[in-house]
Amino acid sequence: MDVSKNNRMLGAAALRASTSTAETKVASQIHLTLPDKPLVSIRPSTSWSPLNLRDLWQYRDLLYFLVLRDVKVRYKQTALGVAWAVVQPLFTMLIFSFIFGRLAGIKSDGVPYPLFAYAGLLSWTFFANAVTSSGNSLVGSANLITKVYFPRLLVPVAAVIAGLVDFAIAFLLLAVLMLYYRVELTWQILMLPVLMSLTTLLAIGVGMWLSALNVKYRDIRHALPFLIQLWFFASPIIYPASIFEHWRWLLALNPMAGLIEGYRAALYGSPFDWPMVALSSGLTLTLLIYATFMFRRMEKSFADII
Amino acid sequence: MLPIIKVENLGKQYRLGAARVPYATLRDTLAGTIRAPFRRRRHRAENSSNTFWAVKDVNFEIAPGEVVGIIGRNGAGKSTLLKLLSRITEPTTGGIDLYGRVASLLEVGTGFHPELTGRENIFLNGAILGMRKTEIESRFDEIVAFAEIDKFIDTPVKHYSSGMYVRLAFAVAAHLQPEILIVDEVLAVGDAAFQKKCLGKMGDVARQGRTVLFVSHNMDAVRRLCPKTLWLDGGRVREVGDTYQCVSNYLLRGITEGGRVAFSPPHRMENDMPVLLHSVEISDEAGKLTILFSTRSAIRVRIEWENVSPIYKPRIGFVMQTSDGLDVLTALDANSWGLEWLPPGRRISTCLIPGSLLNEGEYVIDVGGDGNTGHPDVFDFSRGRTGAILRFEVEDDMTLPNKYYGQEGFRDARWPGVLLLNLPWKQEEVALEFS
Repeated sequence: MDVSKNNRMLGAAALRASTSTAETKVASQIHLTLPDKPLVSIRPSTSWSPLNLRDLWQYRDLLYFLVLRDVKVRYKQTALGVAWAVVQPLFTMLIFSFIFGRLAGIKSDGVPYPLFAYAGLLSWTFFANAVTSSGNSLVGSANLITKVYFPRLLVPVAAVIAGLVDFAIAFLLLAVLMLYYRVELTWQILMLPVLMSLTTLLAIGVGMWLSALNVKYRDIRHALPFLIQLWFFASPIIYPASIFEHWRWLLALNPMAGLIEGYRAALYGSPFDWPMVALSSGLTLTLLIYATFMFRRMEKSFADII
Repeated sequence: MLPIIKVENLGKQYRLGAARVPYATLRDTLAGTIRAPFRRRRHRAENSSNTFWAVKDVNFEIAPGEVVGIIGRNGAGKSTLLKLLSRITEPTTGGIDLYGRVASLLEVGTGFHPELTGRENIFLNGAILGMRKTEIESRFDEIVAFAEIDKFIDTPVKHYSSGMYVRLAFAVAAHLQPEILIVDEVLAVGDAAFQKKCLGKMGDVARQGRTVLFVSHNMDAVRRLCPKTLWLDGGRVREVGDTYQCVSNYLLRGITEGGRVAFSPPHRMENDMPVLLHSVEISDEAGKLTILFSTRSAIRVRIEWENVSPIYKPRIGFVMQTSDGLDVLTALDANSWGLEWLPPGRRISTCLIPGSLLNEGEYVIDVGGDGNTGHPDVFDFSRGRTGAILRFEVEDDMTLPNKYYGQEGFRDARWPGVLLLNLPWKQEEVALEFS
């Protein structure tokens, strides 16, 4: 009995040895060439570190899929579907035309009031929706943020970019209106892409900043609708910037003011207020850079406090 | 060999307050800023009591191709360590160097959107896990085949059964091809066949020379998958090394010697059952406390418990395991099962494990129970367990026919197997026939 046991143990040892050599053989067949430097080095970050561009580039496809998700999900199970993108600015425009254009008789710089109002509403609706969804985007992705790593910046940015689809659809209605009112295009229409980019960047800047703050202070969620409403009245949407006369510079401190006036000039051929557009662009870029740094600084604690 | 994961002096500190109040309000911070000059002085004094280290002074290295189990009690810092390794949260001190791409499966289906179809979710989920679009496209068919959902690929996942959902989610994650794969108890989901498939897939990943970190409470899975184990205790590495040794030490930790554990305050079950455990005892048949038994003697287990409010069909009992984590048996006292609603009261459940049953060896007892308090799904035995709390030994009683004649040098040898039964053998003599 002793002998047989001995043999069995030897056998088992031999078996183990043979499987382990087989395993090492398999492992050595696959060449895992390790880099000399760590691919990722995780250290407590210093607070003002710059953007991690390499990371963002690596995850560029994620931005695309996040945008795609937002776009696809937005009008699922709605009866009107994409028509909602037009309904909101159209009906607001009709009501405003009646109240402010007809009843209050607000001047509209020589452009028919519906056109005047729609140009403002179009860009404003995009901006307001983008900032709102972007501001709430991080809190809404809490389950992602606590479970997996990816550049968090993509979440608020994707929320803004997804809004561009609605923006484009709402432009179709504008084209119809312009045909109806026989607006003649000027070379100034070339400024349109620039203005749209600036509006997008402004929405990204504001949305990113608010979304980061929202993670820490849920007050933002309640403050956002109110803030957007105040901002609406501080922007020349229902009224022209010209009614401010020499207080116009005060209005220009709101970057949306210069952009909205810019859209009207680009679309209807009225003269551009270049200093105001320049100031808005400058403010937009400053805000964007500030928001990026703020975001970067707050990002590291997201998973712990969300 | 150079390590693929190198962890040095890693520490992560949390504020206790942050856990209780999930978010500050702006008002608090504004008020705080105004009071800041006064607070700062006080803050330093509070510093030590208001914070705790979820992970502290953790150092280890893992070589490429190693499959390492990470074990430890709830709150030992396992999840925090994984979150640090997968870059979800930042360390407070120290650092980690990773020489390969990391994919972490801390929860399957992260980022699945219920309104999107299976196909759309594969792409979204893959991208979230760090795959490029082209990578996902090239593995798309494999993923669908692995998940066994080809018919429903264009159905929104909100219409999926939970099994299909989990299968799809695991399939996406399993087809990532990172150098380092971090898995956290994903295998606790899905049916047995799928669990087996998942374990197999993890084995494949390991055989391809990739590194796997596997966090689990399932000691059996850890033993089968991981040759090496890291045991975390109180945020620190308690032991790292050979899995069998590590798991055995882990299971025997905090074991009370002497055959009796009294809980004060009484132990409350984690599965929301209104049951308090008062004490657990192991004794011989006569009731004398002991932890040393012969293979022939019976073992008495006595559990004193109390239900503080009525429970529907409660069962209290224990799981017996060998000291290296193999489940031997489960024994539950179902005396109050027939009563349906058991009124509150303090009770003692006793049972006798017969002699001539267990083989020589070390065993542990893990007390647990389940029942229903009226909420659905509270029949959750797995979360109602205390973990091994009592240990006992069974020794060869040196009497025939059980005696094992160990050879010199094989002192620890014993009969193979967990059970050593005295089965009623019959022997007949066969008459030799001479022609």
